[in-house]
Amino acid sequence: MNYEPVIGLEIHAELLTVSKNFCACSANFGQEPNTSVCPVCLGLPGVLPVLNKKAVEYSLRTAVSLDCRIPSRSIFARKNYFYPDMPKDYQISQYEQPLAVCGHLKIMVGGRERDIAIERVHLEEDTGKLFHEIPGSSDSASWIDFNRAGIPLLEIVTEPELRSGKEAKLFMAKLRQILTYIGVCDGNMEEGSLRCDANVSLRRVGEQTLGTKTEVKNVNSFRFLQRALEYEIDRQRKVLEEGGRVVQETRLWDAAAGVTQPMRSKEEAHDYRYFPEPDLVPLVVEESWAAGIKAALPELPDQKRERFVERYQLPDYDAGILTSTRELADYFESCLQFYPQAKTVSNWILGELLRELKGSAAGVGACPVPPQNLAGLLRLIANGVISGKIGKAVFQEMYERGLSAETIIQKRGLTQITDTADLTIIVDRVIADNPEPAAAYRAGSERTFGFLVGQVMKASRGRANPKLTNQILRERLKQK
Amino acid sequence: MKLQNITISRLQKLLLNRKISPQEITQALLARIREKNSRVNAYLTVAEDEAPAQAGVADKRLGKGDGACPLTGIPLAIKDNICIKGVRMTCASKILEHYVPPYNATVIERLSDQGYVLLGKTNMDEFAMGSSTENSGFAPTRNPWDTRCVPGGSSGGSAAAVAAGMCAAALGSDTGGSIRQPAAFCGVVGLKPTYGLVSRYGLVAFASSLDQIGPITRDVRDAAILLSAIAGHDPRDSTSAPKQPPDYLSKLGQSINGLRLGLPKEYFAEGLDPEVAASLEAAREVFSRLGVQFQEVSLPHTDYSIAAYYLIAPAEASSNLARYDGVRYGHRTSKPKNLLQMYYDSREEGFGAEVKRRIMLGTYALSAGYYDAYYLKAQKVRTLIKRDFDLAFTEVDALLTPTAPSPAFRLGEKVTDPLQMYLSDIYTNSVNLAGLPAISVPCGFTANGLPVGLQLIGPAFGEDRLLTIAYAYERETDWHTRRPNL
Repeated sequence: MNYEPVIGLEIHAELLTVSKNFCACSANFGQEPNTSVCPVCLGLPGVLPVLNKKAVEYSLRTAVSLDCRIPSRSIFARKNYFYPDMPKDYQISQYEQPLAVCGHLKIMVGGRERDIAIERVHLEEDTGKLFHEIPGSSDSASWIDFNRAGIPLLEIVTEPELRSGKEAKLFMAKLRQILTYIGVCDGNMEEGSLRCDANVSLRRVGEQTLGTKTEVKNVNSFRFLQRALEYEIDRQRKVLEEGGRVVQETRLWDAAAGVTQPMRSKEEAHDYRYFPEPDLVPLVVEESWAAGIKAALPELPDQKRERFVERYQLPDYDAGILTSTRELADYFESCLQFYPQAKTVSNWILGELLRELKGSAAGVGACPVPPQNLAGLLRLIANGVISGKIGKAVFQEMYERGLSAETIIQKRGLTQITDTADLTIIVDRVIADNPEPAAAYRAGSERTFGFLVGQVMKASRGRANPKLTNQILRERLKQK
Repeated sequence: MKLQNITISRLQKLLLNRKISPQEITQALLARIREKNSRVNAYLTVAEDEAPAQAGVADKRLGKGDGACPLTGIPLAIKDNICIKGVRMTCASKILEHYVPPYNATVIERLSDQGYVLLGKTNMDEFAMGSSTENSGFAPTRNPWDTRCVPGGSSGGSAAAVAAGMCAAALGSDTGGSIRQPAAFCGVVGLKPTYGLVSRYGLVAFASSLDQIGPITRDVRDAAILLSAIAGHDPRDSTSAPKQPPDYLSKLGQSINGLRLGLPKEYFAEGLDPEVAASLEAAREVFSRLGVQFQEVSLPHTDYSIAAYYLIAPAEASSNLARYDGVRYGHRTSKPKNLLQMYYDSREEGFGAEVKRRIMLGTYALSAGYYDAYYLKAQKVRTLIKRDFDLAFTEVDALLTPTAPSPAFRLGEKVTDPLQMYLSDIYTNSVNLAGLPAISVPCGFTANGLPVGLQLIGPAFGEDRLLTIAYAYERETDWHTRRPNL
């Protein structure tokens, strides 16, 4: 029997606003527990929410980037359920009439383009965080940190159009790229600023009706998303093939065990008793507001990639990597201002720079080699001051010590030997030290020439100008 | 006149002329509270420490001459569901018995800026749910006119404190009649402002789309003075109207000759106490003498207002009161077995019967499968009720109705019959559903000496018109000058 997986994602992205969604408290991470709180985000008796306009702006930016339709009026709703990390025991969210609907996101799957429909985008607030075990404490109490409570959270829901764990992973990666490009979310899945729940069901190929779904939660990386979905698809397939029925339930991904575990069944599911939030007025988005945000939108990854291919004549592969983050693309274009050979710059970024960056947690923004320094290095190579090979060593030192290429070359005397007299001395010594290869060359073995060039490079510690070395070596070998 | 029965406007003059100091009036009222509160039980918390300190500050402001505001040195009582920083606020609920808010409600900020004096926090029905103040989690308030009777509710403590001479005036809150009905029962003036005129920030929510804070005073001028102090846009309340309130005092005394008052026929139908009906009839004659023209109007959806109200208000309440869960503040049960049991027991122990009833009603109305039939339907009815009023105001300037169908009833008379209790707000709660302003003014007494109130309902933001009409009536009568013998 052939089954087809049907996957829909529910993504939560914490917005990078300065303050929380409904009060003026700082939305920054990493502060002492319960210091970024006030009566409003603590849900004390009598408080009222006031919507953060910036959070709406960020939401709209996301909505236009995902090509959504933005209704002129949306409303907030209360989602009611009891949990200690929720100060009001209801979450201000959106239910009927969300901020944006009917979006699209294109992903490439195995060289084929897939257009994934987005059902809705809505704005809500985050909860606090519970700690059940305090390291080094034998206390059995649970602790709550409300710093996160009230941070604006954007929920993005796809239609059930994804067909594999890999597609889901690619979709998330693409979405993360866009969210970070437009600067609304830092995209950090490990730290939970970008979260993803997946609804999965199977149906027989060709069938239209959906099978019974499970919801997979607690997936905190792209890799785990793919693995959790593949596990869950496999699990459901086995259940169906053995003639069983999939139970509608919420399942938690256990990364250590590599399995999904049941968390709660449909019967235990909450009735959230949604109703319009009476403390907030409807959110009215004039067409001009959305249009203004669309006009001010930065270039999106796909547009940038196409432009790089066209304008800089780069291979699609290069353009893809260079535009993977906005920072890297900006770095590349900054380099071009100082050194306009796009393909050379691209080679160095894809090769040397990304290799060095891989070892560090910080992105290209914190790179110790600023664009003008990389460009300076490339200019020195182009002008023949140093060889490309030495250039790579110099780059490594630039990265480690944060110095310019010129400084390193001067300090270490790494400039190329381009003086004919100096080179002739080295060449003569190499010929004298290697009589047999020299004789072999003269007897017609072109292969030995390469060996001799290598010896010259070695003797000059790589500083010999390659072109000049070839020329002098051939002359001197002919003479003797 | 005894100091205890002085109006704000009279007190203002005495204070400005230095005939009396804020400290003197404050001490006189504190003494009155010490003497009478045990009988009336209007106050849950008396500000024994804060009041003299604030009176001292007001003294200095008045001494300087230029620092005085209309409410400088005026001692007020505040309903115990309005947050005052550092002063215990219980909402008359065991669940908040020891709760002290860390911030001020916007109305309190405004009163403080003017240099008012806080006398204390007044008793109420628990979380403002009730019409008799018998639902207080501590003890009921008694009607100063007859302590066997209820003062009305939920702002029964505030109305009783004003009637009993235990403050110059008070703030109450009105979700379905909670200012107007107790004002009528206690023979004082109570004004429920247009939804959005007064900030709700710091008012503990019962039903967010209906709640408004308003003044309870000895006369109409005082209501205008107190309303002027608390009205106006507040950026901390998204539902507060972004408009500048008019001058409520300047029009007092204007003629109401030629004004058209509507008499909603549904409000004068069966169920209306004959003595109340007679008082209203007498009031009509007073208005007629003033040149007011009467016209019968119809508010055809009146019959559905109680039903709609008791779906919408409990629905919102069920959500608003979820936060009292024993996790962060308020009552927590001792030694719960687990989280769920902590929720169950804390709320079981902390809430009274009426609050639980409404939480269950509201939870049910919002539940999956029932939402459309109850909550959504009630919202549609609400729209129709509002339209009834809009239509009526195309024909008349304001509506005249009884405030309550009967005078104050006996303690215990209706506690076992919630529906009877709910019906005591039949003339008031559609006003909240429609978001309109209304004022209750004393208009007579029953043979047993219990006060009767009339209600004037105006179009949205028509407080100035209501005050002008009420003031014109009040000048022709002396009901508001009578005081109970306590």
